[in-house]
Amino acid sequence: MKKFFYSKKAAPYVFVCPFVLTVILFWMMPIANGVLLSFQDVLKEQWVGFDNYARLITDTIFLKALGNSFKYMVGTLLLLIPFPMLFASLLNSKQMKYPGFFKSVYFLPALTSVVVAGTIFRLMLGESSLSLFNQVIGFFGIAPIKWLKRAGTTYFSLMMLACWRWTGVNILYFLSGLQSIPTELFEAAAIDGASKWQQFRKISIPLLKPTTVYVLTISIYAGLSMFLESNMLFKGNNSPNNIGLTIVGYLYRQGVEKRALGYACAVGIILLVVVMAVNLVQLKATGALKERRD
Amino acid sequence: MKKRIAAVVLSLAMAVTALAGCGKSGDAGNAGNAGEQTTGAAAQAGKKSMEVEGDDVTTLIVWTFIELHQDFYVSMADKWNEEHPDQKVKLVLSNMQYDDMHNKLSLALESGEGAPDIVDIELGKFPAFMTGKMGLMELNDTVAPYQDNIVQSRLDIYSKDGKIYGLPTHVGTTVAFYNEKLLSEAGVDYTTIKTWDQFKEAGVKYYEATGKYFACVETSAQWMINLMLAQKGGDYVNADGKLNVNNDVMAEVLEYIKGMQETGAFATVPGGQPDNEEAYPFYNSGEYAVQIMPFWQTSRYVNYMSDTRGQVAIAPVPVWSEADGELATIGGGGTGTAIVASGENAELAAEVMAYIKLSEEANKEVWNVLGFDPVNTAVWTDTALTQNPDNQFVQYFTNYPFDTLLEVEDGIGSLMAFTDEKCPSINNEFCNVTLNSIFEDGMDIREALDQSQKTLENEFR
Repeated sequence: MKKFFYSKKAAPYVFVCPFVLTVILFWMMPIANGVLLSFQDVLKEQWVGFDNYARLITDTIFLKALGNSFKYMVGTLLLLIPFPMLFASLLNSKQMKYPGFFKSVYFLPALTSVVVAGTIFRLMLGESSLSLFNQVIGFFGIAPIKWLKRAGTTYFSLMMLACWRWTGVNILYFLSGLQSIPTELFEAAAIDGASKWQQFRKISIPLLKPTTVYVLTISIYAGLSMFLESNMLFKGNNSPNNIGLTIVGYLYRQGVEKRALGYACAVGIILLVVVMAVNLVQLKATGALKERRD
Repeated sequence: MKKRIAAVVLSLAMAVTALAGCGKSGDAGNAGNAGEQTTGAAAQAGKKSMEVEGDDVTTLIVWTFIELHQDFYVSMADKWNEEHPDQKVKLVLSNMQYDDMHNKLSLALESGEGAPDIVDIELGKFPAFMTGKMGLMELNDTVAPYQDNIVQSRLDIYSKDGKIYGLPTHVGTTVAFYNEKLLSEAGVDYTTIKTWDQFKEAGVKYYEATGKYFACVETSAQWMINLMLAQKGGDYVNADGKLNVNNDVMAEVLEYIKGMQETGAFATVPGGQPDNEEAYPFYNSGEYAVQIMPFWQTSRYVNYMSDTRGQVAIAPVPVWSEADGELATIGGGGTGTAIVASGENAELAAEVMAYIKLSEEANKEVWNVLGFDPVNTAVWTDTALTQNPDNQFVQYFTNYPFDTLLEVEDGIGSLMAFTDEKCPSINNEFCNVTLNSIFEDGMDIREALDQSQKTLENEFR
């Protein structure tokens, strides 16, 4: 026994074993099972070949959900990477007063539950003239808006909820990235007469690249698999004209609400493929897949 | 010190959010499906267990999505235990949010684990549980002793191929709720409204006099639409059960409602329909004066629209023409109580629930406690019950609710689509897409219907 654990050959396998087992049990097997189910009509217990996929291609609601998720992902990428990066730099700067306070304030939303936050946002975005947002725009003389019945305003609401909630988390990632950059670099640049903006552009951004790639990768996944925010904002998985429907929302609707588990699995497989494809392209483009030379 | 204060503040914040999480009001989820829904307090998640003495008591698990039903079941189960001391039951009831409960049930039946003994299933969701592998128990024999007095169409909606799978709670007769006070102040006499044209005219007159809306145009439910459709002999499916939502009758009905909307007197309401937490305040404050709703809306009036107490009258709904012998009204919404077939005590559960829901005693309580129109119409003529001055529903309305019910008793119809397995999807499409496109976005009616027909065809191909 002792020999086994001390053996140079066996030990590594023992150490990676928990991870490998977890991946097989909770990742590979469900995916394999999902692939199999996606070729079945689960309720009738029949194999249906590519029927589920054929139906997906002509399913306008699915295409709409796909579009919604993509729009949401792009929006979050555009808002939740540059701004948190900038804010993190500001928080990291020595001139910043009370950085601890601001860090906490930015991070606070991440501690609240989406369920609570979504419900409160829904009430703030009510269509009556007494709702918070309509009162605010009413102050500027604008007539009340049905925020959660129009595609544009719904997108705005979802973006607002996402920014409110995730800015602080991303700031934290970037802060830790910034703090690993040696201060000498900034000092040397300052002595050479570089402005703060130049320092940010020429030192912070390039050296933050590993962090940025990481944030980008998880943001792509999080954006495409968003469900809870829209579910809370619309008090359920249904929204007027499906303006708030996401891929996962559609998966849930088909699999759980309509009991079409096979079809839902096909939706899930498509989501997996899309996320993988987008991320592979992104990782390739940012060079993260290349072997490190150092 | 600073850190300690910060820590206290943070933990307080977390405690508050955690508590807020617990208190989240479980409301009806999608307000759309053609069914009876609950809001706010009535649906808060809650578990309740009966205290029953004696040995040999059978425990039955019950799932509901309307908390009011829990109290009702418990009080009736107590009566059962008194009358059947050798077959005592103990109900353990869980109330869940509307969507959650149905989803959970679907998963439990699918996986064969964790299903309750007894479950309330909403009408709009019911057909989904009558397809594929049947998880619910056939109730024909249990219902037989009570069948004579029950409105047949209310059993039909929970049946497939002649087999009954659900016990109805109420008829849900669609009636008109007129705010008599507001209308008479504007010089409108609701008793003269007999046809939809008169209804529309009265609306215009009211709107011109007050500047306020007469009634709402629904976008997240089809109470009025289904009624108008049934009166015209239309439906969502063909006689042979084929999907047909873009038919001429449907277009005519929606065209007519669109015409109502164009007068300005009828408008969409926040929440999309009268039975919605966002909509109640608008009726409560008199922003809208009239509702075309199933009879069970009485309970919403009493619970959520208390400011209009003593102002609202219940009248028969308008018809297209008084001369053509069309349906007077239809039953709308409903909860079918089903027994899970695989349950260990399914037989007993069925017998108990039939007693709890269909016996004469039960039907009296349905009115007394819930304010619904009981499925046993023999109860309807019992004036000691229906005109009881101590009854909170009798007190709320300006006329006797059952006078109206008795007027239309023989003309309560239904739609074929209600029992069709495509019903949940049709409702979903109408409440999310079709009606919003037409009444919110101004889309052409034919175009919207064709588009929905296509979407649904793709789903059922």
